[in-house]
Amino acid sequence: MSQRDRIVIVGGGIAGQAVAEALRERDPHVGITLVCGEDALPYDRIRLSEILVDGSDAATLALRPEEWFGDHDVDVLLGRWVEGGDLDAGVLTLDGAEELRFDKLVLATGSQPLLPPIPGIGLPGVHPFRDPADCDAIRASAASATHAAVIGGGLLGLEAARGIAAQGCDVTVVHLVDRLMERQLDPVAAAMLEPALADLGINVRLNAATQEILGGDRARGLRFKDGSSIEADLVVVSIGIRPEKTLAETLGVATRRGIVVADSMRTSHDRVWSVGECAEHAGMVYGLVAPILDQARVAADTLLGRTAAYTGSILSAKLKVAGIDLVSAGEAEGDTAAVVSDAAAGTYRKLTVRDGKAVGAILLGDVRGAEALVAAVRAAEEVTDPLEALAAASAAGPADLPDEAQICNCNGVCKGDLVAAVEVDGCTTPREVMARTRAGTGCGSCKPAVIDIVAMATGGLNEEPAYLCACRKQTREELADQIRAQGLRSVSEVAQCCGTGRDCGACKPALAYLVSEVNDNRHREERHARYINDRVHANIQKDGTFSVVPKMRGGVTTPSELRRIADVAEKYEIPLVKVTGGQRIDLLGVAKEDLPKVWRDLDMPSGFAYAKAVRTVKTCVGEQHCRFGLGDSMGFGIEIEKAWEGLHTPAKVKAGVSGCPRNCAEATIKDIGIVAVEGGWQVRIGGAAGASVREADILDTVETKAEAMRLSTTFLQYYREHADYKERTYDFVPRIGLDEIRRIVTDEQLGAALRERFRLAKAATIDPWLERDTPYHPRQFTDLDQQPEPTVVVGPPEEARR
Amino acid sequence: MTLACREDDVPPGEGRNITLEGTRIAIFRTDTGWYAVDAVCPHRGGPLADGIVCDHAVTCPLHDRAFDLRTGESPSGDRVTVYPVEVRDGEVYVEVVRAPVAA
Repeated sequence: MSQRDRIVIVGGGIAGQAVAEALRERDPHVGITLVCGEDALPYDRIRLSEILVDGSDAATLALRPEEWFGDHDVDVLLGRWVEGGDLDAGVLTLDGAEELRFDKLVLATGSQPLLPPIPGIGLPGVHPFRDPADCDAIRASAASATHAAVIGGGLLGLEAARGIAAQGCDVTVVHLVDRLMERQLDPVAAAMLEPALADLGINVRLNAATQEILGGDRARGLRFKDGSSIEADLVVVSIGIRPEKTLAETLGVATRRGIVVADSMRTSHDRVWSVGECAEHAGMVYGLVAPILDQARVAADTLLGRTAAYTGSILSAKLKVAGIDLVSAGEAEGDTAAVVSDAAAGTYRKLTVRDGKAVGAILLGDVRGAEALVAAVRAAEEVTDPLEALAAASAAGPADLPDEAQICNCNGVCKGDLVAAVEVDGCTTPREVMARTRAGTGCGSCKPAVIDIVAMATGGLNEEPAYLCACRKQTREELADQIRAQGLRSVSEVAQCCGTGRDCGACKPALAYLVSEVNDNRHREERHARYINDRVHANIQKDGTFSVVPKMRGGVTTPSELRRIADVAEKYEIPLVKVTGGQRIDLLGVAKEDLPKVWRDLDMPSGFAYAKAVRTVKTCVGEQHCRFGLGDSMGFGIEIEKAWEGLHTPAKVKAGVSGCPRNCAEATIKDIGIVAVEGGWQVRIGGAAGASVREADILDTVETKAEAMRLSTTFLQYYREHADYKERTYDFVPRIGLDEIRRIVTDEQLGAALRERFRLAKAATIDPWLERDTPYHPRQFTDLDQQPEPTVVVGPPEEARR
Repeated sequence: MTLACREDDVPPGEGRNITLEGTRIAIFRTDTGWYAVDAVCPHRGGPLADGIVCDHAVTCPLHDRAFDLRTGESPSGDRVTVYPVEVRDGEVYVEVVRAPVAA
């Protein structure tokens, strides 16, 4: 070890990580060692309830990727425990009797969940809610449990209850005192919270002192002090934390409830500091992230010999339960308070004042102006008229906030930091600002506020035109003009001529579509400009394998096709075969190098399920079979699919044809939907049932199939030519306006021109799965350590050479 | 330096994977040269060789994390290791340096 000072941090939680980061920010040279008792790098415990709700991988909670520690010269010991040491000599003893030398020591040992010493606490089915392993155990139990109970109605207990309710399990929150979240809420707000929780399937039982967890072999229920009981085969305990001070006591550092620290964050021993949930400052132990980060900054200063003092934190909290907006700060009650409440709407807004200064705020159901009010409480601002202050806050926009207003409580980022990221560092989007400042990367609840402030600082996010190439600030229209004027036929030619797509490459697929569309598909295809899905004509999955969906027009298949699909699934050991929402069969989990062989054995054309293209035309059986049928929806759907298949579009196009207004093919929520009605066909456009739901607009009702085909095809081509890349019809139709679209597609001349360009483009389409025999490149489907199939021909397939 | 492939093995503007000395590496061929970085995106394990490549950046196909192929850095704060590449007589060589192990 060199001459430089070495600071050892014991504890790999948020506090330990925060101290390491604050030290490295201040001093690039000081030696830092982080000793983590768990086998995992520090993770964000605040977001634990997210894992409980959606079951995502605990790795998504990592505070920093593994490389960060190497890059920042922070040594990490994973899965190692400190058993003791000699503070005066500057030596710690690790498990296995290994010694670790230090000049200064930081105890960031955190806390343990508090478990009440009641009978049955050790039964199977009883869990604390503290780490990812607890989340896994709770999720596993919730799947089979019939009734869950959460002991503890604080912030964390309510988040746990929400996570359990999200699994569809009935849950009751059991709380010792007469109101929920008594540290953050007054009785009125706490009472208003109950119906909001009930809407989420969470029952509340107050004044309930749990005396025993019932059940002989596993948890079966709870019995209370008043003798009553409830059933519960899953019990989660979240009644608070117990500072972890065992190591401090072994080392001879003074403790009370926690490890006692002075304003400098130094303990009773002058080489030892303590930060986080294990530390007791002025009689307070803090279990929230914002105070811990404040403490870490002070400790980093004093560890490096600078002067700094921690003077306590004003607590603020946001309940991270989807469907309930709740922010609180400071004290719940004071001398004077202004309250604006609407019981019917479930909103409650309160500003508490003592000695003429703001000391607390509660916002439930309506959190407008939360940042401004929390900032006022933190700064103990003078308030002469609290009612007026409340009203002003609800009207306040991001522009009205002071620079010191803290927006991201998790990472301690103020409005001024966000504005500086835009004005000084040149960030232009919320994403860039969040990457730079770390705002919004903790619990994520401040993201809307971050977006508002970035919009203000950049002068409005929506006023910018929709650039195809954001780096060079070129629009689709400008580039299309260039492509036409100069006769450009490939992405490379456009890149050479205009610089498009050279800086970040993000727009290359949009450019590839534009080049193909303007040239009526008589362009020079360059696979490097296409998404991987369009390079290998299959849909990439999260594990890097692909899904294969063969063409099945109108959702109609044959026994022979089904037999081939079954044979392929067995031969290539395809792990999942699924029927899709678009009435197709999806083979999931195919390795990239198997794709050509799978296509060959299927001997069916591509279903285009991976592309921004005409995907599917879904049909019901229609008048041929259905006793309600008014038109031949199945036959017409197949006809439409043949007419449109193979055409790429700005974003995917899903279509449907229903044989009567009962609409079994869901045509009213398709990009293009056709419905047989009495005496004709209704043509609808711009429908969706995805992230947003939109009923398709009626473009027109016509008498014959031929007219319906002509009208819908004309619209499809108009969309192909005028939508921005990735703009679905449900955004495109309202943007252009239904009347304007109707005027253009029904205009005799304009319509005829659109249909002529459609005909040209369609004539140049081919089945991309033919590349199984004529790939673009010998290694189109293989990595460098795999052997490509021997029969390859270099260059585009014959059909594409025009 | 280890021989990885021939120049023709990687289509222009694309990437391909290879395992060299036990390390999975993505090799890219762009208009400005050859680059090699870790094959797996540190975010959610996406295959970077399947990403969109431009002069000296790659964008992961799973969640659009972009990495500078010269430095391995991403605006998201994630980072991949960069390996030196040399092309001699139509053959591509990569220097497999191991990432420093934390003490």
